[in-house]
Amino acid sequence: MKINFKPAVAAAAVSLALIAPQTFAAEQFFPIPSYRVGAYGANGQAFYGGFIDYLNYVNTKEGGVNGVTLTWEECETEYNNAKGVECYERLKRKAGESAGPIHTMSTGISYALIDKSAQDKLPLAMMGYGRTDAVDGSVFPYAFPLVTTYQMQASAIVRFVKEKLGGSLEGKKIVYLYHDSAYGKEAIIAMEAEAALNKFKLVQIPVAHPGNEQNAQWLRIRQERPDYVVFWGWGVMNQTALKAAQKVGFPRDKMIGSWWTGSEEDVVPAGDAAKGYMAATWNLAGKHIPLIADMEKVIYGAGKGNLQDTSKIGTVLYNRGVSAAVLSVEAIRKGQEKYGKGKPLNGEQTRWALENLNITDARIKQLGATDLLPEIKTSCNNHEGSGKVKIQQWDGAKWVPVSGWIEGNKALIHPLFQASAKQYAKEKGITPRDCSKEK
Amino acid sequence: MLYREAGQFKTTYAADQQLFPIRQDRIGVLLLLAVAFFGVPLFASEYWFSAILIPFLIFSLAALGLNILTGYAGQLSLGTAAFMAVGAYAAYNFQLRIEGIPILVSFIGAGLVAAGVGILFGLPSLRIKGFYLAVATLAAQFFIVWCLTKFPWLSNNSSSGVISAQNIEILGFAFNTPVSKYLLVLAIVVVMALAAKNMVRSSTGRAWMAVRDMDVAASVIGIRLMRTKLLAFAVSSFYCGVAGALYAYCYLGSVEPDGFSLDMSFRILFMIIIGGVGSILGSFLGAAFILLLPIFLDITLPALAGVFGLPFSSATVSHIQILVFGALIMFFLIVEPHGLARLWQIAKEKLRLWPFPH
Repeated sequence: MKINFKPAVAAAAVSLALIAPQTFAAEQFFPIPSYRVGAYGANGQAFYGGFIDYLNYVNTKEGGVNGVTLTWEECETEYNNAKGVECYERLKRKAGESAGPIHTMSTGISYALIDKSAQDKLPLAMMGYGRTDAVDGSVFPYAFPLVTTYQMQASAIVRFVKEKLGGSLEGKKIVYLYHDSAYGKEAIIAMEAEAALNKFKLVQIPVAHPGNEQNAQWLRIRQERPDYVVFWGWGVMNQTALKAAQKVGFPRDKMIGSWWTGSEEDVVPAGDAAKGYMAATWNLAGKHIPLIADMEKVIYGAGKGNLQDTSKIGTVLYNRGVSAAVLSVEAIRKGQEKYGKGKPLNGEQTRWALENLNITDARIKQLGATDLLPEIKTSCNNHEGSGKVKIQQWDGAKWVPVSGWIEGNKALIHPLFQASAKQYAKEKGITPRDCSKEK
Repeated sequence: MLYREAGQFKTTYAADQQLFPIRQDRIGVLLLLAVAFFGVPLFASEYWFSAILIPFLIFSLAALGLNILTGYAGQLSLGTAAFMAVGAYAAYNFQLRIEGIPILVSFIGAGLVAAGVGILFGLPSLRIKGFYLAVATLAAQFFIVWCLTKFPWLSNNSSSGVISAQNIEILGFAFNTPVSKYLLVLAIVVVMALAAKNMVRSSTGRAWMAVRDMDVAASVIGIRLMRTKLLAFAVSSFYCGVAGALYAYCYLGSVEPDGFSLDMSFRILFMIIIGGVGSILGSFLGAAFILLLPIFLDITLPALAGVFGLPFSSATVSHIQILVFGALIMFFLIVEPHGLARLWQIAKEKLRLWPFPH
């Protein structure tokens, strides 16, 4: 057993060398547990490419936030929970003095970090994934499922369908076709609540991972003759569903997907079959968004871009990365207003900032980020801040928005989160904060 | 010189049969334990506990479990991660549903539940062998993960199937810091490793090895095949179950069924292949190699790249890391197909003769 610790000792020597004294003179550090290799590497490249490009853009264009340079370090997680925890622990050592929100882009990793980040007082952002009941900030002070959650998204899609069907869903039928996994099941609770409220018939049809065979499911859909199919797919399942829908003759413009089914990678392989298909999103794709166009000019013009494959600029995921970065940087700005302009924020201060975000449409327009994110106003009770999505439609060549911002039914969905958070607090022995005392 | 047994006379049967018959080994193990229990907590940082030492110990335990089954009893299994999942979810449910149950009892309960499931999936081993059995245990891998997502009761109706481990408290002491969790895991692993070491040289262990080497011969000399094989499955799954519970409670804090993937089973299998099939020490060496080497490369490569002024992105580092790791696995398998444990054994023999080898 003696040679066990040899590599360990060597690693210790190296890691000691790495944590040599560092000055934090007006630098805001962003720990980035990213993934660029492995099964989901392509997604990570686009998302983190956008994220880092924006940080770079702020540094180049404005010299940072009120003079505070944004710095960051990446650590490769490969979308693997254990590696994600290792990365977090490694990055944490640098995040003591100043820390921006941590985006893991992985539900599994963010679940594993929820307790740890609260203990370490580091804010964990989960934009469109992760633990959704963290909307209740009284139980989860350090976790932020920002912008919107699966449940609110499902509710918003139902509202969109309701408008399409003339304002009432009574007696209608909606099929919920989902990836049979934690991700796919997350929205069921919201769909069931909506079904009970709006008196429509909900048919749930699971598709086993990876979902490249859906004949049985689509035959069933043909028999059921639903008014709409709400679609919670992932990866190869998305294009397969579109092709299968074409085969059984189900109109694609009666299919609405979640935001993980609405990127170019999901529809382009389906070819003709994808035309007319709709998906929810909180950030639109494309380079027509002024901020994205300017970033391409400023960052890639100067050869400082993070992406090697520049064709990813302007894709849904790239833009989502930018929207995550915009939100994070706006939080830093907000925090500096309270804790001193030109000073880096530590984890606790960033947490406060994330909880008191107020990004108005005017501000979004000023940033040139129109359609990249909806208005956001967070509070202790509401770590989500928006709950709004847009529905976009694939016209065969690009995504076109077909709705304004649609908000999910907060009165219906948020109590579900609160109940779940309460149960969590009980299991973990957490005493929830009193939100009325927060300021 | 250093490692010579000359002069160590054994005058009783007890002395001859003890776990570590050579004095140097005894001193070495005691020293190692002393360092692990007292030295490491003084010097290691939080990163070391949470990201390196705790997962290393937990995966060693799981590898040990698999080694009992595959290395000692010769039954190839690809369901290790699934048995860990059973352990994790069982411990969670014991804590959740039985008021005031001590955490250690639920860990043992988790092991027992996993053992039960292990026996169930071990039944095909009575008829099929080798690679065919591996495929049968593959069924366990898929079935258990499916089962945990399918039945919401198992995850207390969590909409996503994710469970979040409760706090650990033993006799009023809360294990909530990385150091205390490390010590808890270490204590459990040490006890179970010593138990395993003892078990494999008992009549049970000898029966396992007889079955592994040739099951027909074993049954001819009166070893009951069914009992022996199922016992191996039970004990192995018990170890994996406890490892799974520790994985959930002391390492990640919250786990999802999909986290216990086939990929993880393979990793544990690689651990025992690299470390040494049929060796307790090998389980630890293999876990260290598979877990720590990538982290080590991850940390050294960017530093090296910095020295030589190479523009490495984190993606490049990951790719190089995978390359180097793969090459090293091949290197070790070619140079020493019996694993790292065998290297240690050779080193021991050399040391015995040193400085006058012949």
